[in-house]
Amino acid sequence: MLTLDKILILQDDFRLNADFAIPEAARVALLGPSGAGKSTLLSTLAGFLAPSRGRILWRGTDITQLAPGARPLSILFQDQNLFPHLSVAQNLGLGISPKLRLARADHAKIAAALDRVGLSGLGDRRPATLSGGQQSRVALARCLLRGRPILALDEPFAALGPALKSDMLALVAEIAAEQRATVLMVSHDPADAIALCPQTVLVAEGVAHPPAATAALLADPPPALAAYLGK
Amino acid sequence: MIPAASAAVLVAALVLAPLGAVMIRAGGLSALTAADLEALRFTLWQASLSALFSCLLAIPLARALHRRRFPGRSLFIAALGAPFLLPTLVAVLGLLAIFGRRGLLNGALQALDLPGVSIYGPWGVVIGHLFLNLPLATRMVLQGWQAIPAERVRLALSLGLGPAEIARHLEARMLRAVLPGAFLAVFLVCLSSFAVALTLGGGPRASTIEVAIYQAFRFDADLGRAAALSLVQVALALVALAIASRLTLPAGFGAGLDRAQPLQLAPGLPHRLIDALILTAAAGFLLSPLAAIALRGLPALGSLPGQVWQAAFTSVWLALGAAALTMALALPLALAAPRRIWAEPAAMLPMAASSLVLGTGLFLIAQPFVAPTALALPVTLLTNAALSLPFAVRLLLPEVRALQADYDRLAESLNLRGLAPGCGSSPCPGLPARRALPRASRRPFRWAIWAPSRCSRMGAARPCRSPSIS
Repeated sequence: MLTLDKILILQDDFRLNADFAIPEAARVALLGPSGAGKSTLLSTLAGFLAPSRGRILWRGTDITQLAPGARPLSILFQDQNLFPHLSVAQNLGLGISPKLRLARADHAKIAAALDRVGLSGLGDRRPATLSGGQQSRVALARCLLRGRPILALDEPFAALGPALKSDMLALVAEIAAEQRATVLMVSHDPADAIALCPQTVLVAEGVAHPPAATAALLADPPPALAAYLGK
Repeated sequence: MIPAASAAVLVAALVLAPLGAVMIRAGGLSALTAADLEALRFTLWQASLSALFSCLLAIPLARALHRRRFPGRSLFIAALGAPFLLPTLVAVLGLLAIFGRRGLLNGALQALDLPGVSIYGPWGVVIGHLFLNLPLATRMVLQGWQAIPAERVRLALSLGLGPAEIARHLEARMLRAVLPGAFLAVFLVCLSSFAVALTLGGGPRASTIEVAIYQAFRFDADLGRAAALSLVQVALALVALAIASRLTLPAGFGAGLDRAQPLQLAPGLPHRLIDALILTAAAGFLLSPLAAIALRGLPALGSLPGQVWQAAFTSVWLALGAAALTMALALPLALAAPRRIWAEPAAMLPMAASSLVLGTGLFLIAQPFVAPTALALPVTLLTNAALSLPFAVRLLLPEVRALQADYDRLAESLNLRGLAPGCGSSPCPGLPARRALPRASRRPFRWAIWAPSRCSRMGAARPCRSPSIS
């Protein structure tokens, strides 16, 4: 269980409250208007921002003070998920050893992860030689290697075309199911939420609301979400 | 492109015509003396070491400033720029108040029965340049740190990379991109050092090319030697420019989304203590001479004669005029630089010129037509504008490159040309030009206003420098 215990995030005149829990292996979308604080909430969970008040608990353990790399979470950003000066295999290797001290068994794991995301044989390539979709797959493969129980997605597929995005969402769903990972996904697109996340946290007007069924929420959206969706 | 070509021709004429005038008056170039060659050797020695030490010390200082937040941090960074604002001679006086024979340091050493230290001599020149240029190098390296996209830092932190791995994967690449430019900037400033070498050099052993030019003018009346030395200085600067441009590699981080940097960089008491030590030492070295100047100068402020205020007023309007002229030349050159190979070297040309030769040459050119004394202020304005140009262009260039990367295709697709959409026929895209001014004005104009104000009068050293040249 991931618990946000009376979290308050304050940044200048921005204010966001969150007080709810997400069951393990759930797939939850974070939807809401631009500037409502979806990415800020994800950054707080990932450890890049400290909440002004409250605690974050994972399986009952307080992780609020843990450094980002020590949290039970892997994150995919909208951009810049790979280091351009490292090969694809080295980028994946960082998920196993931050110092890139890799044993033979680690190289086998990297090859298997690349195979899992459909990029066999591309380990020696530099990220710049890959397409956007392939880069997303490499970053996802690294999450696979890290084996953290929470997968945070900060609009990582926003720049992909509809077919590629659909493929990636399906791949995330498969991997999450295999790993029993809890997925948190920020998205601007309700279709993404419907495709991947049965549950949705509505972030609007300074509050991140407890998860609700995505289909029901989108069928009868509250005023803030309705305005955002143009309904 | 016509405004840029005109600006380049004007700048080249401004730098090369005075040099030619001095050569013609001298009837050609004179051979260099043994003392001149010694000055050349010392100039290269001190400029290399000053640039090396400034860059080496700037790395830990900029890193500490980047990764720590503390009360008064912004004020501290602003105070770092203070040595730029002072005339070089005043800055040297501040250094002497701390490190001079009767300075605070030697006073303390004497009280402890320890041998004193001397700031005079070759190493004194290097220390003087370090005091003046460490802030410049620090600002440039700090900008490099701040330019690493927050997403990259977040990625590194989320993967559990420690300070050593962050240094390897992020900081080393940034430094590889930033340091050649920082080294070049400090090297070029020190190449034409005059006042520091004259006051702290302590004799002929520590004489620079600019001092040798001064001696050729003032004591030997040998214009041919002055011109020859000036040519050597230009050649050295051009070689340094060429080497730096070959060494500079793009950092290749790409653009970020302008998100706030995460604050948990290098956590832990040992890292915090090291940074605190670095910041304290830098504050002691850079700010104590300034404090000494303020303590000595402020009480006497009210008793200054009226002529000083009149001179201050003259300086202000000269600075405003020079700033306006500098920007008029800098903007077309900066806009052309990403597409035209000649634009940046043309803008850098004044940096290589001797201000003594420049001023003398301009007077020689004007002399047949008007009394030189009548032109003292316009020539000063023109010289200062030219000497500030390299800094203004270097400040505008990163913004121009970013703007052209962002808007070039849009401008081309809308066929925007000239300064206004639809006007003119130059291939220079209108949108970047129109947007460069407001966006670039965040920093460059601020510096452009004061940069010429501290350029020395002709015949003095060239202390024009900017804290955020990059």
